Amino acid sequence: MTVLRAQGLGKRYKRKWALTGCTLEIEPGHVTGLVGPNGAGKSTLLNIASGMLQPTTGTIEVCGGVPGSGPAQLARVGYVAQNAPVYRGLTVEEHLRLGARLNPAWDDDLAHERAERIGLDPTQHAGKLSGGQRAQLALTIGIAKRPELLLFDEPVAALDPLARREFLADLMEAVAAHGLSVVMSSHLVTDLERVCDQLIVLVDSEVRIAGDVEELLATHHRLTGPRRDVDALPSDQRVISARHTDRQTTVVVRTEAPILDPTWTVSQLSLEDVVLEYMSNPVTTRPALEVLR
Amino acid sequence: MIWLTWRQFRVPALSVFAGLVVIGVILAITGPKLVGRTDLTDQDLLYGGTILALYVLPAVVGVFWGVPLITRELESGTHSLVWNQTVTRKRWLSTKLGVGVLAAMVAAGLLSLAVTWWASPIDAMASAGTDRPMLNRMSPVVFAARGIVPIGYAAFAFVLGVAVGIALRRTVAAMAVTLVVFAAVMLAVPFLVRPYVLPALDENVSITPTNVMGIRGNEQGVIESISVREPAGGWVLANETLDPSGNPVSPLPAFVQGCVPRPDRSAPPPDRGSIGECMARLGEHGYTQHVAYQPGYRFWPLQWLELAFFLALSTLLTWYCFRRLRQLS
Repeated sequence: MTVLRAQGLGKRYKRKWALTGCTLEIEPGHVTGLVGPNGAGKSTLLNIASGMLQPTTGTIEVCGGVPGSGPAQLARVGYVAQNAPVYRGLTVEEHLRLGARLNPAWDDDLAHERAERIGLDPTQHAGKLSGGQRAQLALTIGIAKRPELLLFDEPVAALDPLARREFLADLMEAVAAHGLSVVMSSHLVTDLERVCDQLIVLVDSEVRIAGDVEELLATHHRLTGPRRDVDALPSDQRVISARHTDRQTTVVVRTEAPILDPTWTVSQLSLEDVVLEYMSNPVTTRPALEVLR
Repeated sequence: MIWLTWRQFRVPALSVFAGLVVIGVILAITGPKLVGRTDLTDQDLLYGGTILALYVLPAVVGVFWGVPLITRELESGTHSLVWNQTVTRKRWLSTKLGVGVLAAMVAAGLLSLAVTWWASPIDAMASAGTDRPMLNRMSPVVFAARGIVPIGYAAFAFVLGVAVGIALRRTVAAMAVTLVVFAAVMLAVPFLVRPYVLPALDENVSITPTNVMGIRGNEQGVIESISVREPAGGWVLANETLDPSGNPVSPLPAFVQGCVPRPDRSAPPPDRGSIGECMARLGEHGYTQHVAYQPGYRFWPLQWLELAFFLALSTLLTWYCFRRLRQLS
């Protein structure tokens, strides 16, 4: 059972490809972070998954259906686009009413209870809300719609650090309470680190690495030692990157097994380090593709 | 969906209908005074204003109702909010188009009804006689501001605005293009469509001293054409002189050029009888006058056909809107 399955997905705008040959699967019941540099195709992927865009090539299945194929499919997937667009001229209350009118499964109590807790003034026009409040309003509509999968495109990009933290904490709470699957994109790993249990690194529309956050952290090591040839490493250690100085070699390896060679100084990588290693070393990481899925 | 449509549409809709109420009140006050008067003209400010209002209304509907329907959503990004609720794009557009077209048709229908009623004494007078140079309701300018055709124009303008908005995705550019296209269609239809939807009636009239109503010359004093008395209440498409073999002639032959007195400011106007006799010589030489026209009794058939034409155009544009809707993002 997957909540999102893409096969050779591609999208072309006029002559430029925004996404090419993207193949990935996302398991349900997780908060999955989609991370990658600007222009990697994150927004395009989420837009296709929500049905906002039609793919040029490939297939995609979201919650068992074709995105945007009908009311039933729309009910299953919630989507909050970049910058959390809301109607400037409508009040907070009117936005909740919009949600109630347009969604049969709308949870009105939840929506109002959430709006009140966040401190959204029902009579305020959405155009006058701060970036954080707008994102919260969009999230409220997304959650109260009661979807199976919630897609978030850069939800916190416009928020200051405090609002960011509050928003993410709030999102986590909602996810825990309603058993949602969430896919959220960001180009900042630190945002995702706090909330995501699954991570997908997308570079040039290719999945560089995908997996459980804990597992990624546990299996990646930075090894520092006297200068040597990396080809001599044990076969179960996959080299992600290698750097040499005159006397010293630093490699980042991925391995399930413990590092036994005593000449290495082993240090842990943060999630951001892992992601950056994959982003900045496109060539050496190719083999890692088939490892996970 | 209806609620959201109304919530977004109410300000522009109420603005237009408020304008209509103002026009309605003015017409209700001045209208009864026209009944029974015999000194009516078509040079009246209010008369011209009512016609203008019926041309402006569809343009306003297209530019301010139709265009922003899609472009405003695209420009503010809210389309991704509304299209991700449990409502398909098709239903979203159907509701918006349905409400908009209906409101546009009602607005145009009401205004046309009020103006047609208000101007009925003037129209009746214009249609009855041919001696006064008044525009009757068959003449192109007035025809478009009477009866049911404004309903078709309004529906067309609204859908045109939406379609151009979908094609261009920018509000200001789409507004300008909508206005230009609408004006072009409104200009083209009286010239290229309306004269031909029903075959015109043709009459060949003999030129007599009494039925010549107009003589037109150029700056050198050469008489180019004459016109004969036209059928009352009709829309004349041709009023031309034919030579004995049936070909239109312009300018008129030499034997007429010589006998008509030249206009002279110092002299009193020439005697009508002498001009008439001069023109009668055309008849003696076998010349006749050809009059092609749409008679006044075709007013309603032509109105229905033109309404149908514009509704068909609107349907075509609606189809285009739905076809392009899937590709929007």
